[in-house]
Amino acid sequence: MQDFADAFRLAFALLVQLDPNLVEIVALSLQVTLSAVALACAIGFPAGAALAAAKFPGRGAVIVILNTMMSLPPVVIGLLVYMLVSNAGPLGFMQLLYTPGAMIMAQTILVTPLVAALGRQVLADFHDEYDETFRSMAVPWRKQVAALLWDARYSLLTVALAGFGRAVAEVGAVIIVGGNIAHVTRVMTTAIALETSRGDLALALALGIVLLVVAVTINAAVMVLRASAQRLAYV
Amino acid sequence: MTSETRSSGCGSDIRQLTVRGLCHDIAGKRVLENIDLSLQSQGVTAIMGANGAGKSILIRILHGLLRPSGGTVSWGGRAMTRDMLRSQAFVPQSPVLLRRSVAANLKFALTLRRRRDISTRLDALLALADLADKADQPARTLSGGEQQRLALARALATDPKVLFLDEVTASLDPANTLAIETVIRRVSDDGTRVLLVSHDLGQGKRVADDVVFLHRGRLAEHSPAKTFFSQPVSAEARGYCEGRIVL
Ligand SMILES: Nc1ncnc2c1ncn2[C@@H]1O[C@H](COP(=O)(O)OP(=O)(O)O)[C@@H](O)[C@H]1O
Ligand SMILES: [Mg+2]
Repeated sequence: MQDFADAFRLAFALLVQLDPNLVEIVALSLQVTLSAVALACAIGFPAGAALAAAKFPGRGAVIVILNTMMSLPPVVIGLLVYMLVSNAGPLGFMQLLYTPGAMIMAQTILVTPLVAALGRQVLADFHDEYDETFRSMAVPWRKQVAALLWDARYSLLTVALAGFGRAVAEVGAVIIVGGNIAHVTRVMTTAIALETSRGDLALALALGIVLLVVAVTINAAVMVLRASAQRLAYV
Repeated sequence: MTSETRSSGCGSDIRQLTVRGLCHDIAGKRVLENIDLSLQSQGVTAIMGANGAGKSILIRILHGLLRPSGGTVSWGGRAMTRDMLRSQAFVPQSPVLLRRSVAANLKFALTLRRRRDISTRLDALLALADLADKADQPARTLSGGEQQRLALARALATDPKVLFLDEVTASLDPANTLAIETVIRRVSDDGTRVLLVSHDLGQGKRVADDVVFLHRGRLAEHSPAKTFFSQPVSAEARGYCEGRIVL
């Protein structure tokens, strides 16, 4: 019991002092995950918009695949990206294995189906609502997609936050392709796994608290977004 | 009617509507039956009739939003094209406003058709809708009457030659109704062809030049407004005008 109390005391000390090691790990985590989520949204939202607005053969199958990919276990994605970027893999020449680049790639693959699938649902509702108006006004399709994305901005931001939540808390994929190398690829989740197994509970706890704060912040942001969307009648 | 159109040299005026043998089925049910109709290229036509008569379906077909099951619709003697669609505008019963400010809704429509004078036109449209002081307000927080005025202004932003209105004043108070009717008369005087769906006899009397009366999917009567409201020819229209319930 005494040990745990000490661990908490030390953890708070690390947080209060902004321990450089801790800050480095948190910064890398955020950098990797924010990049991955930005990439995932850049790919996933237009793809979701296309799936929502365009009718083409095989569309139903694509949606089923997308929804299935949403629940792919992160370790499987880690394995996949490992095989892609390892020296023998097709992207081996890029020398990405055990770099933040590989971690961004893995998290992008993890999050893209999620933001595409959830984004598609949001945008399909908007499309149903706007379709007749856009056809009546003869709005060119590029402008239609842009208008859908813009008008759904609040809902899509919520989707992006959900993607961020999934990526930042994920450990399986980034540990496989990143390797948890100190000062290079060590992020919050992999550091917690390592420090806990080594018995250094203080750092693990401090990082755990940061993750918790991140999760609370995301949920608060979602609530604020929803409230302001409601106030503006944008829901 | 035909001679007038010809004499004004507008044989291919895309504001002139001709409908031949129009039929429409929804889910195996006939909702429009063999409609023949020829309208002049000017004025305000009221499409009247009871709920469910087929008015909304008819104007969606005329505007090209729905493809009819049978028959033809032509404007200026030609079938509807995308170019023609660009010269028409439609305000539905419950208009869908963008999730943006009042001004942004108008700008969206303005930039569809023109590149210059956007801000001058924007100010004019805001004034027309009497929404100048609400330009920055989110459009969906407007009152029902204000939303309807904005929807009408947005439709006019594309400078339509033909304007369709579907029961746009059905849920509005007299002041808002009057404001909208004034705008309708004004754009009609400026040469825009107006087709207005309404079940309000008073409105028909106030704004219409001629009346198309639908009864259970059939064209029961097409008469000049004066005739229609004083001595309607068809029994259905007579019943409707006298306030009897005709089923
Ligand atoms: N989507 C639909 N599915 C089934 N029936 C419909 C649909 N839309 C319209 N109808 C039917 O078509 C008829 C005409 O409808 P509508 O044109 O909306 O009438 P109104 O004259 O009141 O505008 C009605 O009997 C209505 O029930
Ligand atoms: Mg109707």
